[in-house]
Amino acid sequence: MKTGISKPWLLVLVVPLGFAGIWRLQHKIDEQQAALSQEQDIVVLQSPRLAKLMSLEYAPLMADVYWTRVVQYYGNKHIKQETNLDSLWPLLNITTTLDPNLLVAYRFGAMFLSQRRPTGAGRPDLAVELIQRGIKANPDYWRLYQDLGFVYYYDLKDYKKASEAFLEGSKKPGSQLWMKVMAAKIAEEGESFSTSVFLWRDLYENTQDPLLKNNALTHLQLLQVQLDCAQLNQLAEVHEKKYGKRPARMSDLVQAGILRGLPQDPAGYPYVFAEDGKADLNLNSPLLEKRLLMERVQQGAAKH
Amino acid sequence: MGYAIETENLSKEFPSGFLNLKKKTSLEGLSMQVENGEVFGFIGPNGAGKSTTIKLLMGLIFPTAGTARILGKPVSDTAMHRDVGYLPEQPYFYDYLTAAEVLDYFARIHDLKVGDRQERVQKMLKKVGLETAGKIQLRKYSKGMLQRVGVAQAILHDPKLVILDEPMSGLDPLGRREVRDIILELKREGKTVMFSTHILSDAEMLCDRIGVIVGGKLRGVGAPGQIVDIKARGMEILFEMKGSSSAPLLKNAMQTGDRYRLHVEENELYPAIEQLRGAGARILSLSQVKETLEDFFLHLVATDRAQAAAVEVSEK
Amino acid sequence: MKRIWIVALNTFREAVRDRVLYSMVFFAFLMMAAAVVVGQISIGIEDVVIVSLGLSAISVIGLLIAVFIGVGLVSKEMDKRTLYALLAKPVKRWEFLLGKFGGLLVTLAMNTLAMAAGLFLAMLYVKHSLHAADLVVLVAVYFIWLKLALVVALALLFSCYTTPLLSILFTAGLYVVGLYVLELRDMPLDAMKPGTAAFVKAFSYLLPNFQNYDVMALAAHGRVVPGSLILSNTLYTIVYCTIVLSVAAVVFSRRNLK
Repeated sequence: MKTGISKPWLLVLVVPLGFAGIWRLQHKIDEQQAALSQEQDIVVLQSPRLAKLMSLEYAPLMADVYWTRVVQYYGNKHIKQETNLDSLWPLLNITTTLDPNLLVAYRFGAMFLSQRRPTGAGRPDLAVELIQRGIKANPDYWRLYQDLGFVYYYDLKDYKKASEAFLEGSKKPGSQLWMKVMAAKIAEEGESFSTSVFLWRDLYENTQDPLLKNNALTHLQLLQVQLDCAQLNQLAEVHEKKYGKRPARMSDLVQAGILRGLPQDPAGYPYVFAEDGKADLNLNSPLLEKRLLMERVQQGAAKH
Repeated sequence: MGYAIETENLSKEFPSGFLNLKKKTSLEGLSMQVENGEVFGFIGPNGAGKSTTIKLLMGLIFPTAGTARILGKPVSDTAMHRDVGYLPEQPYFYDYLTAAEVLDYFARIHDLKVGDRQERVQKMLKKVGLETAGKIQLRKYSKGMLQRVGVAQAILHDPKLVILDEPMSGLDPLGRREVRDIILELKREGKTVMFSTHILSDAEMLCDRIGVIVGGKLRGVGAPGQIVDIKARGMEILFEMKGSSSAPLLKNAMQTGDRYRLHVEENELYPAIEQLRGAGARILSLSQVKETLEDFFLHLVATDRAQAAAVEVSEK
Repeated sequence: MKRIWIVALNTFREAVRDRVLYSMVFFAFLMMAAAVVVGQISIGIEDVVIVSLGLSAISVIGLLIAVFIGVGLVSKEMDKRTLYALLAKPVKRWEFLLGKFGGLLVTLAMNTLAMAAGLFLAMLYVKHSLHAADLVVLVAVYFIWLKLALVVALALLFSCYTTPLLSILFTAGLYVVGLYVLELRDMPLDAMKPGTAAFVKAFSYLLPNFQNYDVMALAAHGRVVPGSLILSNTLYTIVYCTIVLSVAAVVFSRRNLK
């Protein structure tokens, strides 16, 4: 059937070439738009009142949009730069202004605003401000007090305020019994290993947000590592007393009958003895990197 | 010397029925030629395939088999359209334009120069009797007026070949006469004209040759009188008679006031006239009663069914 | 070539005489007035609100025109049989198609410019003075026009082989899909088989991505759009339209007119 444009082969040429061009162009545009969108957000983020006014009755919906942004930024592995952490506070600020009842945002802020860089924004003061706003809008939600107490305890090391927060929270409807116990314990002991473990475990078990859960888990694992290493060090001293020298490797302890089997860290990698004779994580263990990111844990270990 | 139009085994099937699974053949194996300078009529009942053939020639639809050439070039060659004028069946044009604007638009497409264009457009409007209506938007035109615009745009560019699909449809007797005159004028100018119609008398009057198409097949080509062998079925006498009469013939006649119409066989004509004279009737006219074209077509189809050979008569 | 221009001009003339077009533009101007009113309420951010609302209005109106009139370009001529006489002339089918496309693009350009002018007037009223930085709004409008060009090309393609109603649905549907292409990429690809995942990812790059043209936030705050993006988007539109129109030309060339 001869027709007006008797060159269907023209199509065979145009379509593949065209789409090849589109492929390249699209990638280019993606880059350009990504660079711009960072700029865009910084601009938009500058005024929470602006965002609220613009969205009017769609505020909670917009809050969700911003919340998604928070999770995206924070979870996005390639673009985890300084700027993102800078944006964390403004984003959370707007999100909670748009929807003061978005409870997970406060919890998120408690954890990631306060923790040191690069895990968090390193601004526990802002975290406190955020949670206090949350408490203002949701005065009977006891977990906000838990989070507040947590920040004071863990990041600000202000045990008096921490204890007060836990106490206050223990009075709220639905609060767990341990809140009161925790208030007393912190008032008495300040920071302690068991307190930290308890609080992290509670967080781990009672949050659905995957990012929060992961973070809590990592903290628990590292605390476990602390405990394990301390115990292994004690066993090493036993070995020294018995044989006059510290064990070179873990298998020495097993041979000496002090240990029943090769001990493993929570990630499943066997512990080793470092050059200084102290028990430590295996070089291959992923927990090593995580610990580097959370130096605070080492500082905590010193106290304990 | 080439033909103006030439087709060879031209066929067209359309998908039809539920889910377009069946095929309907609207044209089968059409092979014919139209000579340069002649007026060729394409006759057939509705649905016979006349419009299909013309659309195939103009490249609006594509054949499922066979080939066609216009002025020696294949029908897919759109450049050839420069020398061809086409009037579609029931034409319709952009209703937001005036007749002058539509013709001007088409004139530009035909690549006519500015001065030439204006002149042509006015000439055409005059030719089809629309010069006063030239500035009115087409949405206000009647069917007949649209038909005239259609004719105008077909001959605007002075083509060598003009193809008209049912050019007389929708026109009043005056309009039909004008179209007939235009066709004759085109012939005088040496152009080739092909038109389709189901009105035999038009074809008889204008065509050098006609082609008869029924049921998608070409039944015959030849000079009008020769191809359609329509039998006369007798004579009709129109007469006037005042008062009543006992003439037996009157019983068979149709009466309107004082006028009567009587149908008689050819061999009974003269006795009948004698009888009427005796009764004191005044004879007004005598005319042949012909088989209608439809009767002729039906007859053909019936013959077809009886599997007779196609009628082929010698050329003019 | 000249014939394409002739068909284009005629298409433009048709659009101008089509009263529907004016009511749409009028509606757009109404929106601008509304923007001014809304701007009065939110103190301090009127300019942001007006630019956002105005650009949204221009985009929506433009899309309505692009889809409905775009689909009608070919369908109307086929339904009303105006096409028959035209195609019997020495004009090729693809010339006709390109002419229609061009005509509507010109119409849309006039439209969006008119609406942009209205927007600038509203901005002037609200801000009391305009700066060079406000020219970014013009870039945003240009991007909207590019987006419309692609939508018209798609509308044309669909109307060449299916009914007007389906064409409208397909075009609108493809536009919506094109807004969420990025989300397609963020889908949980690990959940699928590697083959499917790769296919989905590749596909997401080739689908018409209408987010490319979105610079509303930048425009609302008077930021600059880099020239590289302007160039990229222009090229993207040209290439994509070429693909779509080529396919449309081939499809249309083989179509039997009823």
